[in-house]
Amino acid sequence: MSANTAMAEKYRNNFLKEIEEQVEMGDWVKMCMQCGVCSGSCPTNFQSAWEHPPQELFMMIRAGRREEVLTTTSMWNCTSCYNCIVRCPRKLPITHIMHGIAEYAHRLGKAPKMQPTRFFSGLFWKNATRTGRVNELKLSMGLYFKDGFVQGIKNGMAMQSVALGLMKAKRLSPFELFGGHKCKDQKGIQAMLKKAYDIERSRKAARMAG
Amino acid sequence: MMEHVATNETILVVGGGISGMTAALEAAETGKNVVLVEKNPALGGRTSQLYRYFPKLCHPVCGLEINLRRLKNNPRVRVLTLAEVTGIEGSTGNYTVSVKVKPRYVNENCTACGDCGRAVETLVDDPFNYNLGQHKAAYLPNAMAYPQRYVLDPAIIGSADADRAKAACKYGAIDLDMKEETIQVKAGAVVWATGWQPYDAAKIQPYGYGRFKNVITSVEFERLADIHGPTGGKILRPSDGKEAKNIAFIQCAGSRDENHLRHCSRICCMASLKQTHYVREAYPQDGKSTIYYIDIRAIDRFEDFYQKVQADPSVTFIKSKVAKITEDEHGNPVCWGVNTEGYKRYTTPHDLVVLAVGMEPSVKGINIPGHIVADSSGFIEADPANGAVFGAGCASNALDVNRAVQSATAAALRAIQVVNKVAKAEA
Repeated sequence: MSANTAMAEKYRNNFLKEIEEQVEMGDWVKMCMQCGVCSGSCPTNFQSAWEHPPQELFMMIRAGRREEVLTTTSMWNCTSCYNCIVRCPRKLPITHIMHGIAEYAHRLGKAPKMQPTRFFSGLFWKNATRTGRVNELKLSMGLYFKDGFVQGIKNGMAMQSVALGLMKAKRLSPFELFGGHKCKDQKGIQAMLKKAYDIERSRKAARMAG
Repeated sequence: MMEHVATNETILVVGGGISGMTAALEAAETGKNVVLVEKNPALGGRTSQLYRYFPKLCHPVCGLEINLRRLKNNPRVRVLTLAEVTGIEGSTGNYTVSVKVKPRYVNENCTACGDCGRAVETLVDDPFNYNLGQHKAAYLPNAMAYPQRYVLDPAIIGSADADRAKAACKYGAIDLDMKEETIQVKAGAVVWATGWQPYDAAKIQPYGYGRFKNVITSVEFERLADIHGPTGGKILRPSDGKEAKNIAFIQCAGSRDENHLRHCSRICCMASLKQTHYVREAYPQDGKSTIYYIDIRAIDRFEDFYQKVQADPSVTFIKSKVAKITEDEHGNPVCWGVNTEGYKRYTTPHDLVVLAVGMEPSVKGINIPGHIVADSSGFIEADPANGAVFGAGCASNALDVNRAVQSATAAALRAIQVVNKVAKAEA
């Protein structure tokens, strides 16, 4: 490889192409005109955790800053309020792109492990797919004890009155901790999920191929 | 005027703004007969409603005066005001056009002395000032109105006010029995120069136009700066009449937006840059302009105008499309958004917000009689399917005055070629 091609290789931006191929709605990223109306409209942008607003993320993708984009917590903060989609003058499906990038970062194992949204999403998915029903008690307990036993107890105590209220209103049963309610056709659920995985995998392979 | 015999060697020009006047005059000065149809009671269109032009910052009255003089001296142009085209029949070289003429209630005897205006008591909204103010129901449309003739608002016809106006007129110019009529005009070619309208800013919901009094449009700001405007040329904000010294200009209000107008309206950046001059002129000590923009599109030779404004310390540029506007307890509009240079969030109050609204072609949504090919924004395309109906000025594209005049001249040339062919065939 000559010095020139080595230099060119350094600046070759394959990341935008990668995002277009791998991320749901990723092919919209190139349409952004950097007006900033999405981040101006974003309710989560009031918080410091929002490192990179959407249009900055899109610019970073186009600039090929792969590691920074895939490891940031920014897209995980999206609350799906859809303000950005409504106002975007180029009609980019920004909310969907945010979730798409988050999903891709997760798939690659690059997403920040303990980011609450990511942690909760994983928890929810495992919880819901195991029996076909969401076990809310186990789900919330799982989230409370995310940062260790002591913090879990503290979180539980803080939410005590809510839990008691829910129990009183018969919206929460403590017996759910032991098994809990399930779908009738457990095997059917697993078969359905397996098929969905297979379809998704073959689609992604097809996109990669061409 | 009505007895003018139009033949299929006549060129019909629809719209009496700067484009229509230009097309009519260019054609007439080559010896063609022209009928110029204008919807309003006076010629001049949107151009006459501007305070100043960019880039030289001269007053539109200057350019209009030259054109009106050419018009007065040219017997080949017949002007129909308060007239609208309602139907076009026929084909290239042989059109019959229906024109609906509304009554003015004032005839040719009028000397524009103003006695009727003083006699009438009823006030009606003044569309020349974008309804920012009101005027008497017997009025001269604007100071430079051509024809220089008063108009009676139909709202007072049949009332005592109308009789008062008639009694006040020393010249017998008021004719309350005028009726709406539809006339047929023959024409070989039609120049469609119906211009543009400011995009309805109330549709841009987050900006609060219509909800917040101190959010106005760029065309309204032109009227505020104009000495003939509702404030006598003082830049005062509508809510409380306070001097507006800290003014925000929001670019692309409606333009370049798939939810509103798809196209770039081209003039708005230059209009806002121009309007920062009004602010500095009105308040040389403490006037302050802030331009919120996506990118400034000062096309071709206007770049130096942009650079001059950039060098002006009273003007700040913020690269951001404002996300929303709210109102604080003092009635100040507050702009919210993120500055994309550095990604910093801002929440900035201003005395007045001026939305640089986009150009919507007047033909959009209106059924031009006959078959007309328009682009996705509604501008008339140059298409053979249009026959001898030619778009000119802002009916054909988002243009500034300079380019509208060029476009009108081009349309006039096309129309002349058509009627020349007709003349040859008949000879």
